[in-house]
Amino acid sequence: MLNGKHITLGIESSCDETAIGIVANGREMLANVISSQIDIHTEYGGVVPEIASRKHLENINAVIDKALEEAGCTIDDVDLIGVAYGPGLVGALLIGVAAAKAIAYAKDIPLVGVNHMHGHIAANYIEHLELEPPFMGLVVSGGHTNIINVKEYNTCEKLGGTRDDAAGEAFDKVARVIGLGYPGGPKVDKAAKSGNKDAVAFKRVYLENGSYDFSFSGLKTQALNYINTERQTGREINVNDLAASFQEAVVEVLVNKAVGAALEFGQKRIVMAGGVSSNSRLRELITEEAAKHGIEICVPSPILCTDNGVMIACSAYYAHLKGESSGYDMDAVPGLEF
Amino acid sequence: MKETLQSKTIILKNETETEAFGLMLAQNAEPGDVIGLVGDLGTGKTALSKYIARGLGVTETVSSPTFNIVKEYSSGRLPLYHFDVYRLSDGEELLDIGGDEFFDGDGLCIVEWADIVLSVMPEDAILIRIEYTDNDGERMLTIC
Repeated sequence: MLNGKHITLGIESSCDETAIGIVANGREMLANVISSQIDIHTEYGGVVPEIASRKHLENINAVIDKALEEAGCTIDDVDLIGVAYGPGLVGALLIGVAAAKAIAYAKDIPLVGVNHMHGHIAANYIEHLELEPPFMGLVVSGGHTNIINVKEYNTCEKLGGTRDDAAGEAFDKVARVIGLGYPGGPKVDKAAKSGNKDAVAFKRVYLENGSYDFSFSGLKTQALNYINTERQTGREINVNDLAASFQEAVVEVLVNKAVGAALEFGQKRIVMAGGVSSNSRLRELITEEAAKHGIEICVPSPILCTDNGVMIACSAYYAHLKGESSGYDMDAVPGLEF
Repeated sequence: MKETLQSKTIILKNETETEAFGLMLAQNAEPGDVIGLVGDLGTGKTALSKYIARGLGVTETVSSPTFNIVKEYSSGRLPLYHFDVYRLSDGEELLDIGGDEFFDGDGLCIVEWADIVLSVMPEDAILIRIEYTDNDGERMLTIC
């Protein structure tokens, strides 16, 4: 407890980032530290993507210390530990899970394993303090593209997901194909602003009637084919037009499926999460389309869209309120579903 | 499985032939087999992987493992470990995440972008290079 408030520390290490968040009473953000933001690498030499569990291991204590400092508390003030135990990369997840168990054991406080995807949705509870389930969720990131019917806190039904590439992955890969480089999402977004979205005809892939699944892998091939054809005919390629047209093909499908799901399931709100929800055209089009049906859109700010520990802490808090807890035998589950 | 595949070039005219080839690879797969796929973006590495998975009897959706580096599927005849090392820079990084532990394991490993981690691929791995041809939808596979 800190000033009479319940303190949750959330640990996120499912992929590239080692991140720690601290929240008071579930929703008040006291600290949000992501390893890539702080200068840990000077100590160890070189900036290496933290794909390796070794990197998470090197980072995690420094990130915890920094978060406690930012929150103005000590480890003794922490009442609950939350940790993402899947989905993700097994070696990376294990470091977070082990750290969480160690702290919970040493301090004799409860421990809750959190589904990383539930965490992404929970990021919105931090941003929008009045937000409560039920609502429709659209989680779009480098690794995930899901439409989720959120019934109550941490209780969701997955309506659809990607059958091949995630939306963010499509942005990264097409950006590489058209020579925009990394990170693809922001680069495409920027280039598209000065491009014509109707210049190149990209297919909108809706799959079977009524399906909430996605397929984006064909867009890479379409971009490549377009570039080859243009080159063969000696025409200059307008990268901005190509970016805008590609982006529109992804965004349109995401928006139509999310709004369609909200209508089918009678949800009055669509809550977005994941890195791709920072895309300006996605925000614009979904707001426009949702407004036509009286549906409200919630989006977290960019820092809460990407992987972070705050969302894990928030999700853990609500699981704890429901009486859920995990034992010291908790294992990382790389293929965890909703 | 390697003995059953001679070093050769195969033309797959369309998706149906790719499917048949994937199913054939799955049929011959044994525990500890490693298949490396090499080819540019959009040549169909993940598509071929999906057909191999189907041939093993995997019932889950096999989506791109680029973000997670490796995805595991346990519903088939053999466990399938589907790697995509696109985001790694060399073989050392694959060892860092424990990739080699999967290679001698109980299942079939598929490694997309295997050229990036060639230094740590097992000697008896089957490498399949996939290239576009001048015909729309056709792919040329070189196996070695």
